[in-house]
Amino acid sequence: MTVVIGFEGSANKIGIGIVRDGEVLSNPRRTYITPPGQGFLPRETAKHHRGVILTVLREALDEAGLKPADIDCVAYTKGPGMGAPLVTVALVARTVAQLWGKPLVGVNHCIGHIEMGRLITGANNPTVLYVSGGNTQVIAYSERRYRIFGETIDIAVGNCLDRFARVIKISNDPSPGYNIEQMAKKGKQYIELPYTVKGMDVSFSGILSYIEEMAHKMLSSGQCTAEDLCFSLQETVFSMLVEITERAMAHCGSQEVLIVGGVGCNLRLQEMMGIMCEERGAHLFATDERFCIDNGAMIAQAGWEMFRMGQVTELSDSWITQRYRTDEVEVTWRD
Amino acid sequence: MAEADGVSARSVPPYLREAELIKQGAEARVYRIRFLGKSAIVKERFPKRYRHHVLDEKLTRRRTAQEVRSILRCRKAGIAAPVVYFVDLSTNCIFLEEIADSITVREHIAAAQASGQSVESLHHLAEKMGRVLAKMHDEDVIHGDLTTSNMLLKPERSGDLPLLLIDFGLSFVSALAEDKGVDLYVLEKAFLSTHPNTETLFQKLLQSYTAASKKAPAVIKKLDEVRLRGRKRSMVG
Repeated sequence: MTVVIGFEGSANKIGIGIVRDGEVLSNPRRTYITPPGQGFLPRETAKHHRGVILTVLREALDEAGLKPADIDCVAYTKGPGMGAPLVTVALVARTVAQLWGKPLVGVNHCIGHIEMGRLITGANNPTVLYVSGGNTQVIAYSERRYRIFGETIDIAVGNCLDRFARVIKISNDPSPGYNIEQMAKKGKQYIELPYTVKGMDVSFSGILSYIEEMAHKMLSSGQCTAEDLCFSLQETVFSMLVEITERAMAHCGSQEVLIVGGVGCNLRLQEMMGIMCEERGAHLFATDERFCIDNGAMIAQAGWEMFRMGQVTELSDSWITQRYRTDEVEVTWRD
Repeated sequence: MAEADGVSARSVPPYLREAELIKQGAEARVYRIRFLGKSAIVKERFPKRYRHHVLDEKLTRRRTAQEVRSILRCRKAGIAAPVVYFVDLSTNCIFLEEIADSITVREHIAAAQASGQSVESLHHLAEKMGRVLAKMHDEDVIHGDLTTSNMLLKPERSGDLPLLLIDFGLSFVSALAEDKGVDLYVLEKAFLSTHPNTETLFQKLLQSYTAASKKAPAVIKKLDEVRLRGRKRSMVG
């Protein structure tokens, strides 16, 4: 049996999870929540992570009922992400690895999402839609790489939603995306917004600029409600995402879709993707907020795959990087 | 047509009831039928139930019209694309010439790689793609969905291998180097992710594109810019 502990803190979530041969033993997490109208900045986020990381580590071990001696390998997020939070978490991972005398493995955050999704859903070789605050990619596996077929050519879909939430002061608790989703359910009127798809790529910056400029005018003139805007924004950006996923499936001849990343737990997105799949006889795999949103277990799971293939990260190589493409990683654990 | 909230009884146009469904692409269902004595392809943009019906109707209508317009514009300029026989705007169906015995460039490259042919043996094809795209961009047609699946090769008895462009649903007309640069960027990503280890092939394509069009330097400059833009290179979160 191989037990891996994973440390994740590339954005505003700090999570530590323990995985034993495909079984998630524990996966506690904390989120740094900012006041409405504000995003999270690297320095403050890192400070938050420093404040809670040892408590979270204690929870992860206690919940799993394990002692450090039971751990075989310490995995941490090498990137991509925000520099300061990444450094904070890597430092703790490096320290405990030395204290416990265990090998380290540096994990690509995006690969963590994909491997967690595959583990939880049992999807075999899906086309992956990875959607979060920092990433929007359509990915398919071939020849030892997760290859990026489509992606955003400017900002990520989650970033577009978060910044819209800031414009109309929607609460960041538990997350702006969750609150937009709830408000969208009460939206009645569909407001036309820019729709930008370029082949298998998408662009969200035009939609954001448009809605940033128009939102207050439309709200103050009573033309529509905040709920209508949430509804229309979701319908528009999710349609774009489903469209590029379908295009990548048609291009690759794939019959499976897996949605991962924080935006992936949005039920309306899952519903739309499900209808698309039904229309082409394909199968949809999705997970809930425990595994969609950044967490420690996903880093542990990807680390577990790498460690089993004999990959370890030497102490001198245990740095972090803000830039780390999904297709840079050689996937040694798949055929 | 285009029922509001996914009413299951979708109205299939009468002429498609007996037609042979060849495949379901991302945009449309493709059927084979006889049209005025000719073998033809019907591309039916059926309502997408996952989309809000207002958005769906707008996109479908726009893309059907745009596909036909761009094919005509290309064909007038001497760029090979299927002939448009007929358009049924009430059902968003386009009747196109059937390109018999053709294969996609994607299949061609995959077959060449599988049979162990060198990448160099495909240089000729890459150059041809570059020339055709340069000509298309000189006509200010932006394809919008360039992939190796959307280019057909039709082997002829003479040994020629003409390249046809298809699937103009996302196309539009623009003279901006920016739009042309993004068009090439979309192709580059699709090309390299679909066909691993073909970087030199895409370089050849760009070289021949540059040689074939006077406007190419500005487009290539934009392409370099787009590659570096935004968060594409550094993904956070």
